[in-house]
Amino acid sequence: MNWVDYLQVLVFLVALIALTKPIGLIMFKIFDRKANTGLIGKIENLIYKLIGINPDTSMNWKRYLISLLIFNCIGFGFVFLIQLIQSYLPMNPQHLSNVEPTLAFNTAISFMTNTDWQSYAGETTLSYFVQMLGLTVQNFLSAATGIAVFLALTRGIKNKMNDKLGNFWVDITRSTLFILLPLSVILAIVLVSQGVVQNFNQYTEITTLEGIKQIIPSGTAASQIAIKQLGTNGGGFFNANSAFPFENPTPFSNFLQVLSILLIPSALTYTYGKIVGSTKQGWVIFSVMLTILVIGLSISLFSEYSMNHSIGIAGNMEGKETRFGITNSVIWSTSTTAASNGSVNAMHESLMPLSSMVAMLNIMLGEIVFGGVGSGMYGILNFVILTVFIVGLMIGRTPEYLGKKIQAKEIQMAILAILAPSLVILVFTAISVLLPQGTSSIYEKGAHGFSEVLYAFTSAAGNNGSAFAGLNANTPFYNIMLGIGMLIGRFAVIIPVMVIAGSLSIKNITPISQGTFKTDGGLFGFLLFSIILIVGALTFLPALSLGPIVEQLLMLK
Amino acid sequence: MKNIIIALKIFLLMTVITGLIYPLAITGYAQLFFPNKANGSMLFIHNKIVGSELIGQQFTKPEYFWGRPSAIGNNPMPSGGSNLNPVGDTLKDQILARADTIRKYHGNISINSIPKDLLFASGSGVDPHISPETAFFQVERITKYRHLSLEQKNKLNKLIQTLIEPPDFNIFGEYRINVLKLNLQLDGI
Repeated sequence: MNWVDYLQVLVFLVALIALTKPIGLIMFKIFDRKANTGLIGKIENLIYKLIGINPDTSMNWKRYLISLLIFNCIGFGFVFLIQLIQSYLPMNPQHLSNVEPTLAFNTAISFMTNTDWQSYAGETTLSYFVQMLGLTVQNFLSAATGIAVFLALTRGIKNKMNDKLGNFWVDITRSTLFILLPLSVILAIVLVSQGVVQNFNQYTEITTLEGIKQIIPSGTAASQIAIKQLGTNGGGFFNANSAFPFENPTPFSNFLQVLSILLIPSALTYTYGKIVGSTKQGWVIFSVMLTILVIGLSISLFSEYSMNHSIGIAGNMEGKETRFGITNSVIWSTSTTAASNGSVNAMHESLMPLSSMVAMLNIMLGEIVFGGVGSGMYGILNFVILTVFIVGLMIGRTPEYLGKKIQAKEIQMAILAILAPSLVILVFTAISVLLPQGTSSIYEKGAHGFSEVLYAFTSAAGNNGSAFAGLNANTPFYNIMLGIGMLIGRFAVIIPVMVIAGSLSIKNITPISQGTFKTDGGLFGFLLFSIILIVGALTFLPALSLGPIVEQLLMLK
Repeated sequence: MKNIIIALKIFLLMTVITGLIYPLAITGYAQLFFPNKANGSMLFIHNKIVGSELIGQQFTKPEYFWGRPSAIGNNPMPSGGSNLNPVGDTLKDQILARADTIRKYHGNISINSIPKDLLFASGSGVDPHISPETAFFQVERITKYRHLSLEQKNKLNKLIQTLIEPPDFNIFGEYRINVLKLNLQLDGI
């Protein structure tokens, strides 16, 4: 690494820190507002009129959750259906055939759950119709769903003995119209200026200078890529995702995209602080997230630049693009796994053992190092509850968080939300490496092959979507197993979080006293950090030992 | 039941806004202000498309500059990398084979003297760039196989200089050269 590499890392981190407050403040104002004016406000009010709801009515946790589930089911059903019949639908200049049902199932779940795992290759599988009206829409709505759950939880924390968690329809409408859509328009416009394609053309067949045929794909990429990054979705328009030059043509487009990955999850920590009435609460959480991100980034940079003893060359460029180089590929691989984004600008299967371990561990920790849009915040709040509980045990007091007593129900639910994805990762991986349907898809041999399977279920359970792409995941076995994994990873977190929101909401707020354990300082931050790492390490160290750790040791031998 | 109807209605509205109006508006903007870029940054010679500036082509002849190795033969249907384990045997064999091919044209040099760009496959399979060092490394070979005069060789070195793209805003990314552009101009030397 030379000084320019360090400078790029620094610029990225400074930009992230600098944008957290302003964007967080804007979001706070949007969520806090009672009535809306302006053009978008008019559209918002028109929507409420058209669907026939009163935006001022508030839901209890059950109604909120049921609305969310129904809404997500419809999203799933629509994306599933249009894939099955895409050859009869318009905007299919390549005449791509109907999608195989288990693949359509996997893809529909994948985009509904904000995972964007891709068992398919965009340019050879999906029509522009499906990409636009199916996938782009879910990119928005799954992110809006995450924000909605986050908002419901914060209201539960704020409320004093009432069960009003807000209106799900209002929350998703507002998140989409005022946050996700404007930011996407801005990003898409800039991306187009960098060379990201945006058209409805047929693919172009050309003859290269050396006289070989080459097919150049096309499509409405810019509009989808903008929300793919901002909504922590990550599903590429093309198979190589943001490594593909039409998706990410310049280092500047790369910088904007990788910053967009972390932008909203990071800013939501500030929004959270504002909502609960103490920005310090938000900054503590932000600091813990940033610390884990920087540790992971440092290990990955070290690993990618150090000597590859297997071939005797230092600096790993396999699966990386020349314009980004190693540094920008590593900033991306760390960020995209810390956030539940999952887009890639370099191939993760070709990462060095330690950096691939960081990528996996980032997801395994529960997608709470910034995490997904909304889901990162409600995810880390589970760990906050756990931390408060453990501290309460140590000092022998009833645990409290922001004046709310943390009792058996909250703890049970928080533990459930933390353990359910872990269960998917470990159990589903174990099943897959024992069955011929699981092992026959493995591409690389040995420990690396095990990592392929482990990474796949980690990615599914964490709703991340990145992959060790050598694994042939487009088989009925993996399509269904990963689909179920994504569902559990999403809803076995959302449902407990909504229960916690409902339970906290009806509690009284105890005034702060001398004995209250403060959750807005460095000590709490350190404890939270430790508990995240202890839970993550204890759960996954054995599995990681069979994959990246043993690979690192073998390489050094 | 009422919930389901509300959900259906709002889903429909959101689909129209985010799945139709939004991408169409961006398409309109892109086609109006950046028509060439929005349609794939195609390069034309005599009104005929010779390729996309952003999609690297395969070059194997010794008289052309070679780009990054590609796991998909530079045909992006679909795009992608090798997905090989960087510390595994398959990649090691591939890299040693690539080094051997290069040695055929560049003499018996150590593997660490060969630019990494020519040994490691790209992520997209169509990486359009190589580093300036990788371009300069190939000048001797091209001079030889094109029977260039000393003057022409100097011209070629100058051409590489002029085609170097610096990091964006002098911060982001790497120094790089577009291989297709370079080879197109190489034919004119």
